[in-house]
Amino acid sequence: MRAAVVVAKIDAARLAAEVAGHHNGAIVLFIGTVRDVNDGRPVTGMEYTAYRSMAEREMADIAREAAERFGTDDIVVEHRVGVLELGDASVAIAVAHPHRGSAYDASRYVIEQLKARVPIWKLEHYADGTREWVGAGSGKGEGGSGDPDSDLESTHASTSERGA
Amino acid sequence: MTVTVLLFASYADSLGMKSLALDLSPGATVGDVLGHVRALPGADRLPASPLLAVNERYAKRERVLKSGDEVAIIPPVAGG
Repeated sequence: MRAAVVVAKIDAARLAAEVAGHHNGAIVLFIGTVRDVNDGRPVTGMEYTAYRSMAEREMADIAREAAERFGTDDIVVEHRVGVLELGDASVAIAVAHPHRGSAYDASRYVIEQLKARVPIWKLEHYADGTREWVGAGSGKGEGGSGDPDSDLESTHASTSERGA
Repeated sequence: MTVTVLLFASYADSLGMKSLALDLSPGATVGDVLGHVRALPGADRLPASPLLAVNERYAKRERVLKSGDEVAIIPPVAGG
């Protein structure tokens, strides 16, 4: 298992090779990439920042949880930070398992938990020259993000209890 | 006692800083830190209940702090 926040381009093939082994019958490789549009607005690039030490710790926790739930230690996850161009890989998750079903499930678990918990943020660069933090709202008030935040907090609380 | 407060992304932009040191009385909680931060210029853009972390772990407002703790105020995460 390995979890890292990286600055250099992600080499997804290397991640797949890292989890490969003769005891495994399946490797699932998920790659998240920078898309050219978000909420209907043309996007030209993306800048990721992280609370790096906590992000790596949280990603490692998620990989451990996936290992316990789905029965494989062959899980590697990397998230890139810095300025990314369209099509660049922002995140890659490689999972290997004796069977494909659990490999898919574990991969899905890692990306969904990563998106919900890991302290990483993205500043979208739009074609019109403006920039905006994704998920931070547009200054129209705080109602939008209040409820998901409290949901998150209870998720974290139960997660840490399980881990203790 | 002194704790370090970390700000990120939209919160760092709103307050114009990425970190600050706070002098607190013994027994102070994460909620007390949030109270101090709310008094700073630009803090009106923080939501009512931001995510909070102590020493790289998510934490609740009631968490009692020790000297040297690192408290992070975490904007809505957007990795992936």
